[in-house]
Amino acid sequence: MDGIHDLGGKHGFGQIVREANEPAFHERWEAVVFALSGALGAAGVMRNVDQFRHAVERIDPVAYLDHGYYGRWLGGIETLLVEAGLIRQREIDDRVRRSGHSLGRVAAQPSTAPDQIGYAPEGLAAQRPLSAAPKFAVGDAVVTQDASSAGHTRLPAYARGKPGEVIAWHDGWVFPDANAHGHGEQPAHLYTICFPGQALWGTGAEPGTAVCLDLFEPYLDRAAQS
Amino acid sequence: MSEAKPQALRAEALESILIERGLLKPEAVDEVIALFNERVGPMNGARVVVKAWRDPDFKARLLADGTEAIKPFNFTGGQVDKLVVVENTPQVHNIVVCTLCSCYPWALLGLPPRWYKDPAYRSRVVREPRAVLGEFGVELPARTEVRVWDSSAEIRYLVLPQAPQGAVGLSEQALLDRVSRDAMIGVGL
Repeated sequence: MDGIHDLGGKHGFGQIVREANEPAFHERWEAVVFALSGALGAAGVMRNVDQFRHAVERIDPVAYLDHGYYGRWLGGIETLLVEAGLIRQREIDDRVRRSGHSLGRVAAQPSTAPDQIGYAPEGLAAQRPLSAAPKFAVGDAVVTQDASSAGHTRLPAYARGKPGEVIAWHDGWVFPDANAHGHGEQPAHLYTICFPGQALWGTGAEPGTAVCLDLFEPYLDRAAQS
Repeated sequence: MSEAKPQALRAEALESILIERGLLKPEAVDEVIALFNERVGPMNGARVVVKAWRDPDFKARLLADGTEAIKPFNFTGGQVDKLVVVENTPQVHNIVVCTLCSCYPWALLGLPPRWYKDPAYRSRVVREPRAVLGEFGVELPARTEVRVWDSSAEIRYLVLPQAPQGAVGLSEQALLDRVSRDAMIGVGL
C-alpha cells in the first residue's frame, strides 16, 4: 500500500537525531508493547509477521510519525486484537479515561471487514525451499514492476519500475503480499537486486552509490535487451 | 513533569486488560526487559566481528554463509532467519537500513537505536548515503563505492567493518572494545 510507512527516498525529515548510551527501552511502556506482541502470537491473534507488519502500516498516518516505533507497534497490536474480536476499543478508552487522562490520538484504525488467516505458518522461519527452478540467475538484468496496490507489499515505492541486477538468489520464501492477507504462504523465489543510485534517483544521485534490496520473483521482469 | 504520552497510557491500559483476561503473563514485561538488557545486544555482533578479524578461515565461512557460521554462538533474541554479512573494504562501504519498517538483526545487535527506526534515517540513507555518513562523522574517499542494503525481506544484514591497523597484535578484549554498534550497521568505522 502507498502508506506513510514507505519512507525510502522521501524528502523533508531533516537531521538524524542520535542519543548517546541509549537504553534498550526508554520507558516501561515500550517493553509492555514488546511483551504484548509476544502475547498476540501465543493467543493466535497474530498468525504471521506479514500480517503484523501490515497491521502497523494501516494505523493512522499522523500517529505513525508521531508515536514512535513502539507506538506504531501498539497501533498494530490493538488493530489485530479488535479485528479478532478479543477486545473493543471502547474498553481501552474507558480504562485510559478512568486513570484521569484524556485519550489523545489513537493510532489503531481496525477494519470492520478484516482479512481472515485460517492457517498457521508451515515452519518457524519463513524460508521454504522450492522445487521449481528460479526464473532469474545471478548477473541477469531485471526491471521491477511499476504498480501499486492497497495491500501489503515489500517492494518499496522508490524501487518500482527500476532497472537492476540480480546479485544473489536465496531460494523460496513465504510471499508477504499473499501471506499478510491470509491467501496462503505462496512461497516465491527471493533475490537480492542491486540498483545504481542513478537508476533510482536520476542525475541528482550521489555518485558511486547503489542500493540493494531483497525482492520476490513476482516483483520482477526480465529487462528488455538493449 | 510532562504529560504522559497517549501511547504510553494506552499500552498500560491494554496491559492491565490482557492480564485480567489471562492473555498476558504478569511477568512477561520484566522478562522482556531482562532479555534485552542482559543477554541480547551489540556485544554479540562484536564477538562475530572480532572472530572474523582474528581467524581468516572463520571470516571466509562467515562471508560465504553467515547463518551457518554463527550457529555455534547460540545467540538468542530472534529476527535472524538468514544472515548475510557484508564486508567493508577500501573499495566498498556497506550500510544497512529497513525503509519499510525497521528490520534489524536483533540476535546480533539487540533492539535498534531510535534513529534507525525514525523517518529521517529511513528516508534519507537510500537517497543520500554519503550525506548521512557525513552526519555520523564518516568521510569516505570518492572512489569508495557506497552500497546500502534495504532489508526488504527476512534476510538480516551485518556489516563487517575493516579491521583496525595492527589488529594482529591486539588482545581479543582490545578488539571487542574497538567494535561499535554503528560500525556493524555501517554508519561508523
